[in-house]
Amino acid sequence: MFSLAHITQIIHDWLYSSFDPTLALIIECAIVILVAIGIFAVLGLVLVLMERKVAAHIQIRLGPNRVGPGGMFQTVADTLKLIMKEGLTPDLADKFLFNLAPFLVMIVAMLLLAPIAFAKGVQIWDINIGVLYISAVSSLSVIGILMAGWASNNKYSLLGAMRSGAQIVSYELSAGFSILTIVVLTGSLRLSDIIASQENGWWIFKGHIPVIIAFILFIIAATAETNRAPFDLAEAESELTAGFHTEYSGMRFALFFLAEYINIFIVCAIGATLFLGGWMPLHIGGWEGFNHLMDYIPSSFWFIGKTFFLIFLIMWFRWTFPRLRVDQLLNLEWKYLLPISLINLLLVTVIAIMGWYF
Amino acid sequence: MQNEEIKEYIISQEPEAKFDETGEWLNVIINPLSWRLLAEKLKHADLQLDYLFCLTCIDWKTHLTMVYHLTSTKYRHSIVIKTDINRTAPQIETVSDIWRTAEFHEREVFELFGVEFLHHPDLRKLILTDDFEGYPLRKDFEDPINMIKL
Amino acid sequence: MYTQTEIIKDTTQLNSNGNEGELVINVGPQHPATHGVLHLVITLNGETIKKIEPHLGYIHRSIEKMCESLTYRQFIYVTSRMDYLSAHINNLACALCVEKGMQIEVPERAQVIRILMSELTRIASHELWVGAMAMDLGAFTPFFYTFREREVINDIMEQTCGARLTMNYMVPGGTMYDLHPDFQNRVKAFIIQFTSKVTELEDLIANNIIFQNRTKGVGVLSAEDAISYGCTGPVARGSGVSCDIRKIQPYSGYEKVSFEEVLEPAGDSYARYLIRIREMYQSISIIEQLIDNIPEGDFQAKTKAVLKLPKGEFYTRVETARGELGVYIVSEGGTTPYRIKFRSPGFSNLSALNHMVKGSKIGDLMATMGTLDLVIPDIDR
Repeated sequence: MFSLAHITQIIHDWLYSSFDPTLALIIECAIVILVAIGIFAVLGLVLVLMERKVAAHIQIRLGPNRVGPGGMFQTVADTLKLIMKEGLTPDLADKFLFNLAPFLVMIVAMLLLAPIAFAKGVQIWDINIGVLYISAVSSLSVIGILMAGWASNNKYSLLGAMRSGAQIVSYELSAGFSILTIVVLTGSLRLSDIIASQENGWWIFKGHIPVIIAFILFIIAATAETNRAPFDLAEAESELTAGFHTEYSGMRFALFFLAEYINIFIVCAIGATLFLGGWMPLHIGGWEGFNHLMDYIPSSFWFIGKTFFLIFLIMWFRWTFPRLRVDQLLNLEWKYLLPISLINLLLVTVIAIMGWYF
Repeated sequence: MQNEEIKEYIISQEPEAKFDETGEWLNVIINPLSWRLLAEKLKHADLQLDYLFCLTCIDWKTHLTMVYHLTSTKYRHSIVIKTDINRTAPQIETVSDIWRTAEFHEREVFELFGVEFLHHPDLRKLILTDDFEGYPLRKDFEDPINMIKL
Repeated sequence: MYTQTEIIKDTTQLNSNGNEGELVINVGPQHPATHGVLHLVITLNGETIKKIEPHLGYIHRSIEKMCESLTYRQFIYVTSRMDYLSAHINNLACALCVEKGMQIEVPERAQVIRILMSELTRIASHELWVGAMAMDLGAFTPFFYTFREREVINDIMEQTCGARLTMNYMVPGGTMYDLHPDFQNRVKAFIIQFTSKVTELEDLIANNIIFQNRTKGVGVLSAEDAISYGCTGPVARGSGVSCDIRKIQPYSGYEKVSFEEVLEPAGDSYARYLIRIREMYQSISIIEQLIDNIPEGDFQAKTKAVLKLPKGEFYTRVETARGELGVYIVSEGGTTPYRIKFRSPGFSNLSALNHMVKGSKIGDLMATMGTLDLVIPDIDR
């Protein structure tokens, strides 16, 4: 049966048998870095195209359809254009921070790729505090956004950055609590353990209504954390023109743009891992024949399928809902989502202690 | 309310007013100095002329005429107030605190005709640039660069 | 408008003291939410608006001055460029004013065609508004749905008038050409399409809780203020002020059709939204009443080649999609007007903006400005 785990294992064994361990580790690191950058670039291109096609479908139009078959190379052409564009730095901007900000945002996005299990055995770094690592690192991106907004010396950017700061800091809470529900049920922070615990069924099916609530909360918080509509106040086109990246152009703008899509991918991947079993095929406890049948579908397909389903969901939100106002956004978090997630966590804890889940 | 009643009321407030009934609505020609006092009465007293639907100025080359079209949203009667003002240093009291729509309309008239509205809260140029010279809608305005006349 | 040092000063003020610091931002002349070259200077305290000052004139063409040197046949074409979304109704206002001065009897057929065209224009304008309004609130998709219907109207216009935006179809005495033979069928097809699709908008926009939260209680304008600021059209009717010229001073045969003047007492952005949606239904009902009853006869009265208005003053008021348009012609008896004044609805509606949004958030400004339905060439003339 085809599996990516075999390939990685073969490469690993070959490296350690041919070179001494230090060199092998260095080579492995280099390969991982290249793969991460490759994933970053490919995901960016695919997701931007997907967004445009989804938007076009929702808006009864065709979307990009000139460059390549069905417009497949449209984003490649766009990226080429952005690379060739002049990157302007406004006068009186804080040049160092202005240039640093997009890289910071991108680095955070790339760091988050590390603990994600793309398929069975394909994981860059199976850190034992994986969930904690994700929560901690993902909140760093707000620094990049604040930096961009402050350094641009533009009032629109500043307002956008302030909004983004308030928003990400608030929604981090309910995202954290909804992740915690799964941690409580699994008893481990390691992502591979969480996936393994879903072998006889995904948590969204096993964990009763509280996990479904946690899943919905997570999707809302994830949308807000990635600054996507209806929570795209940091960009808020009709209010702040482009928010924190108003003054960015050329490749620096492209980095923000790519980082946004990578962040969407990451939060959706985490959502898929925690609630929908990651690469774990659809297993139903006790149905041996059915489970074996499902195992024939490669694990990477399962992971990609679930993640892209969630990405599609988030894109669907964007092209359907109007934007919230800034005070409504904060009200929603502090007055509704946070109390709900606290009570929900309590319920899940009771379920976990009593062993009421399947 | 009929024109006769309106006339009677205006005469009682402003004995010098003249009337002209040739047009669609009753035209009242008054002295600019008495406009402000009359305006307050027109809005609040019996006539209830609460809606100023048009405010403009006409340049007659010898003098300017301010034209106010008023109507009542309650009784649906309309009148036109006209008042002649001096062309060299045109001045008239503002009515922007009585009918707030007049604030923008008076600013427009101020920059296009050069009429100064006394006690206007914010009499600045609205449409033209701050350093623009001349009053474009006056008959003697010539702009050699952007010619309007055919 | 502001020098760079001033900008820096503003930014630092905000940082040092949140209460005293005022942040002055320029919305426009190029900004996604102003739908044109409107320039608003907004004084902010954090996210709260303290003052709004409109700066106009970026596309002021001085149409009033231009009209003084154009004949009564020519000047109508200029007015299409004022409120380009209700070009038909602008043309109609001018044609009516000239007809009033010359006492031309307009044939019945022309009158009915005029009403039909006006109501189609109104629907097209409101359709565009709904889409643009949703876009101001951050929802992009409704724009495409509303444009689908608007496109059909534009096609109908193109077939009969030869133009899609600035039709110039109304002339003193009637219309320029007769209707296209296919006109009735296409309008009927449009009515069927419109009534089935407009519910989509209700589902997508009005029933959405985010949209309701964004618009209910936002940008409230009381009835007294609406009158005092000279607001007309859906803006005033959203505050419960009855101001439909088609009812108050019927023109061009509006007295013969039955329709309702839609009123909403709330005065907020949501009320203004509802008004426009319901007005579209009223317009459809007017079209339905007339489309099968277009009288036979001339589409244009016989007029002289050179029109001369008698000495005097003529004022017509019509109801455009945005409110009351007044055309005031002062004639000295010649072939060109001595003075012409267009009382445009957008100009008065804009003046109420500061009053409506003072003290609310930036997001509310967009939700309020959107519902005023500002068309900048109409304001600037």
